[in-house]
Amino acid sequence: MKQRPLALVGVLLIASMAFAVSPARAERLIVSVSNHRVTVTPNYSGEELVLFGSVERDANTPPSRTSYDLVVTVIGPRADMVTRRKERRFGIWINTDYREFLKVPTYLALFSNRPFDAIASSEVQRRQQLGLNNVLLTQRVGTDYADVVPNDAFRSAFVRLRMEHGLYREETSAVTFLTPTLFRTGIPLPAEVPIGTYEVDIKLFSDGALAARTETAFDIVKVGFEQFVATTARQDGFVYGLVTAFMALMTGWMASIVFRKD
Amino acid sequence: MQLYLPIADIPVNIFLILAMGAAVGFVSGMFGIGGGFLMTPLLIFIGIAPAVAVASVASHIAASSFSGAIAYWRRRAIDPALAMVLLSGGTIGTALGVWTFTLLRSLGQLDLMIALSYVVLLTTVGGVMFWEGLRSMLRVRRGVVVPLRRSGSHVWIHGLPMKMRFKRSKIYLSVIPIVVVGMVIGFLGAVMGIGGGFILIPIMIYLLRVPTSTVIGTSMVLTLVTMVFATMLHAVTNHLVDAVLALLLMTGGVTGAQFGARWGQKIRGEHLRLLLGLLILSVGLRFAIELVIRPDDLFTIREIGSTG
Repeated sequence: MKQRPLALVGVLLIASMAFAVSPARAERLIVSVSNHRVTVTPNYSGEELVLFGSVERDANTPPSRTSYDLVVTVIGPRADMVTRRKERRFGIWINTDYREFLKVPTYLALFSNRPFDAIASSEVQRRQQLGLNNVLLTQRVGTDYADVVPNDAFRSAFVRLRMEHGLYREETSAVTFLTPTLFRTGIPLPAEVPIGTYEVDIKLFSDGALAARTETAFDIVKVGFEQFVATTARQDGFVYGLVTAFMALMTGWMASIVFRKD
Repeated sequence: MQLYLPIADIPVNIFLILAMGAAVGFVSGMFGIGGGFLMTPLLIFIGIAPAVAVASVASHIAASSFSGAIAYWRRRAIDPALAMVLLSGGTIGTALGVWTFTLLRSLGQLDLMIALSYVVLLTTVGGVMFWEGLRSMLRVRRGVVVPLRRSGSHVWIHGLPMKMRFKRSKIYLSVIPIVVVGMVIGFLGAVMGIGGGFILIPIMIYLLRVPTSTVIGTSMVLTLVTMVFATMLHAVTNHLVDAVLALLLMTGGVTGAQFGARWGQKIRGEHLRLLLGLLILSVGLRFAIELVIRPDDLFTIREIGSTG
């Protein structure tokens, strides 16, 4: 299996940092999300956040540069996950092989105004992590920590399963330019969105190169009885167990009173 | 009406769960069993994760066995000494069961082991029950009278040391097999989400020779305590007990059980056994089919730890 070693990732990281401090930025991005704190109630069935923004040009901007491309990456809270594969053994289907994905986003969405291939070269796409195939998803492979090629069976299954739940998405026509410099995009948040802080990374491309970049964030909080139950179960297992056991005994006791035959 | 289950993490129809609880309660009342072996599979079949189903059903069984135990206590149909000996094994078995459950879960083999255990246990018990019911029904039809085995006859179990006298059951028996039986039932209960009554009662009657007057009440005490203990342990170690789901199941279950009990008295014993055997057998076969056919998706994802 072809693997991208960790060392390369480090080099890329340094390279992108060097890129970030390069001077003479000609454009500035100004963005805002419609809501910085999304409250998920028990009857929440998914909603859409809207991201607005505009490209501010200044004196350094070459007058010939008029068309821009935009890529919005939304990254939810990170978690460790394990993907398992079933195989047929002794006539039945059992989990055999598995891979651990370390600190991967629980929610990941990539939106752009046109296909990534049209925005930048494959080299830039990879460096800027444009598209689900290029986002870094670190796996533990034996003792090594690395991302693998996009068509790796476990990686593609992982992305596919997350996409089926609406938690990973990639839409290359979701960003719309209202004017040549004013843009908007919707960020759909399905019912099972994980709670936590979501980072939004907005990258502006021009002529296949990164022209400007900015970040914003929003929080997802869940409220209501169900969330209270879930939180208590995780944080205070003992009390939760006691209450549940007590509830069971009370129900049984009440039934014996209500339906007493003698 | 949709309700979101906080731990199972899926929305369910509140009436579907209530109806399932009532149906299983009805069956369990009719046959005088806890019904865990039906409830857990049903929950798995509607899409609740097996781990959550097992842990939540434990509290559901605790509720139904508590109302049963109260009724038997009033009728003095519980042998406290026998119950205590069973429980000493039962609590150890439950703790071992929850530990095994946690281990299997981290290895990713829990769902498989739950399914396999159900296939083995249910097809065996169901098959034997069905066969027994069928045979006795045919015998009745032919008019053959089968002499009941005398309760005084000895098997190897009665030669074991550490004997103890159980006054209310009027038996004199070694504590070793009782503790072992308690342990096995506690273990199976914690791993599979069953009360174990449908295995325990035959063992107590045929192997330990406990009289029928105390057998059901005493077995309910074991079920009650092991299931309360299992609920606690599952809540503390795996955080998998869904209290909302459990409450719905309990409410449906205890109600259904009352009606089931009335119906059960109208049906003949061998018919009842035949029906129960058939029911257990079909649930076992359903699990077997699930294991053999190719799953829709070969891959599964599970979160193993949130890092904020």
